[in-house]
Amino acid sequence: MPELKRIVLDVLKPHQPNVLDLAAAIAALGADYRVSIDVIEVDEKTETVAVEVDGERLDFGRIERSIRELGGTVHSIDKVLMAGDTASGD
Amino acid sequence: MIVDRLPDVLVPEPSPRFLLLIRRSSAIARRYLVTNGFDGTLTMLGLIMGFRTVGQVPIQVALTACTGAAVALAVSGISSAYVSERAERQRELAALQQAMLDGLDDSAHAHTARWAPVFIALVNGLAPFLLAQIVMLPLWLARFGTKLPISPYDLAIGVAFLLIMLLGLFSGRISGVSWLWSGLRTLLIGMVTAAIIYLLSP
Repeated sequence: MPELKRIVLDVLKPHQPNVLDLAAAIAALGADYRVSIDVIEVDEKTETVAVEVDGERLDFGRIERSIRELGGTVHSIDKVLMAGDTASGD
Repeated sequence: MIVDRLPDVLVPEPSPRFLLLIRRSSAIARRYLVTNGFDGTLTMLGLIMGFRTVGQVPIQVALTACTGAAVALAVSGISSAYVSERAERQRELAALQQAMLDGLDDSAHAHTARWAPVFIALVNGLAPFLLAQIVMLPLWLARFGTKLPISPYDLAIGVAFLLIMLLGLFSGRISGVSWLWSGLRTLLIGMVTAAIIYLLSP
């Protein structure tokens, strides 16, 4: 089964919790999760950020739930990197 | 801080919901702790000054009056803070939902809007109640037969002045100004209050 290795999300979020909290919450989902966040645009009450998550086997559902719990909304999935399973692919 | 030195196993990672709740509530709860704590202590000072000035008031009567005032302050503090904070938090949440163009029902923000008023209301109500109990402690000790070196009323007045000064020190520490000056200023307010009560007593 193909596994998600990298995903880039366009997220709208309130200013608080800040990007450090958001990154920490996503990184806490797995020991191998690496999170990078770029702030794209800052408005009066919200900000748009690009969330990039790398890992061996990412769980998109849990990442999205974590973002929602912190008040954010995933607007779009801008990039994914999937790796196929060689054992089942032949 | 002691918490910083505890092993990780005893201090689980606080959830984002809890962190947001604390961040959004601690400043205002601290403010309420000082203002309503000051109210409670000054009210007890006024009552006990009154009993002392009249003289020969049975401890039981003084305790009943002080307890009644402390309970009234607690109930007033809890209810008023809850009503006003809840309205404020709901308004903030609605404004944020409008900016997000989405509901925030399961988010830390909704959790904060629900629980911050409860936390703040408890601080606002319990601060005057607990500080009043500390001021009343000499009266309780006398009531249960403990021999005190001076009159329980005088001792309670001394405790009230001490608490008033400590609240001043605490607020000075928060604001970053001279804590000693802040403590002396609140102590002066307490002494002026006591002088007015003394002058107005028949």
